Amino acid sequence: MHELSLMMGIVDQLRKSAAENNIKKISKVMLVVGEMTMAVPDALQLAFEAFKEEELFQNAVLEIRKEPVRGECKDCHHNFGVEDFAFVCPNCSSPNVRIASGRELYIDYYEGD
Amino acid sequence: MVKVRMATPVLQQNDEVARENRKLFRKKGLFVLNLMSSPGSGKTSILERTIEKLSSRLKLGVIEGDIYTTKDAERIEKFGIAVVQINTAGACHLDARMVQPALDDLDLNDLDLLIVENVGNLVCPAEFDLGEDARAAVLSVAEGNDKPAKYPLVFRESQVVLINKIDLLPHTDCDIDQLEKDLKLINHQLKLFRVSARLDQGFEPWVQWLEEQVNLKKKLSASQ
Ligand SMILES: Nc1nc2c(ncn2[C@@H]2O[C@H](COP(=O)(O)OP(=O)(O)OP(=O)(O)O)[C@@H](O)[C@H]2O)c(=O)[nH]1
Ligand SMILES: [Mg+2]
Ligand SMILES: [Zn+2]
Ligand SMILES: [Zn+2]
Repeated sequence: MHELSLMMGIVDQLRKSAAENNIKKISKVMLVVGEMTMAVPDALQLAFEAFKEEELFQNAVLEIRKEPVRGECKDCHHNFGVEDFAFVCPNCSSPNVRIASGRELYIDYYEGD
Repeated sequence: MVKVRMATPVLQQNDEVARENRKLFRKKGLFVLNLMSSPGSGKTSILERTIEKLSSRLKLGVIEGDIYTTKDAERIEKFGIAVVQINTAGACHLDARMVQPALDDLDLNDLDLLIVENVGNLVCPAEFDLGEDARAAVLSVAEGNDKPAKYPLVFRESQVVLINKIDLLPHTDCDIDQLEKDLKLINHQLKLFRVSARLDQGFEPWVQWLEEQVNLKKKLSASQ
């Protein structure tokens, strides 16, 4: 449900940037969504549809790149894929693990004319 | 065709306002707690027990986030402490921009501790920084052992989990030791408190922790 409010922030940023870059029509938006964010790709797609009446977004395709959850051990610096959200280093068993990726939520780029 | 690189976080606007809130709290030496859980886990009940124990020792304020009603704020008002209601009008979480104007309705100089009860929702409140100092999640034993695995973010992003409704343990299939292990796998630094808001059990370690945080924050802001 909050995907709509997230999408409002996303289209705001796109409108602003498009105006600055003199872009009238956006053809593609690349959004990066980490797997440990609470944004559901399908719901984001649906929310994006709500803005399709606007000329800027009429022909725009939203693409979503998912980032898997990875951890980095603070003790032995091992970088690993986190499974089932268990933040324990498979190399040295330390629980001292930083989230290296999976928390991303940003617009990577967009294309347009 | 033009390709424009952005790399701007979607939540940037929220995070900017959260920073402003945090700066204000630091200036006032005020400790702010964001209380999160799914609907009905016992946030308001825990608040009530906490207020009973702390209101003689600390000056407390509460912000109540609710989608439409003022029911929780009315429960808190009975204790005679400052409470501000935010109706999110449908939004399933509080964000920093909703909290900011609510702060004008409180005399922050006259508070030691501000507790924000978030909208009942285990999913997205964890994404929205309000400017708080700490986050406490409530999880009741009636919700099932699988909740940490299903909603890991809120537990990863919290400092505290209050495991509530332990009076119901005999009537549930909850394995509380396993539950605590699962929570620690997500976040090994979590402070865990087992409580029953109904029976008023287990609150002393929790309120002690809160009081310590309040005092630490005061010292920190006085030394700046
Ligand atoms: N048995 C038992 N019931 C409890 C306990 N704590 C709260 N409850 C009951 O659980 C229900 C919900 O409690 P609330 O405190 O309103 O929960 P909440 O998280 O604030 O709910 P929302 O604000 O609607 O999300 C109420 O009927 C409470 O009486 C407890 O420790 N044991
Ligand atoms: Mg409540
Ligand atoms: Zn390691
Ligand atoms: Zn939400």
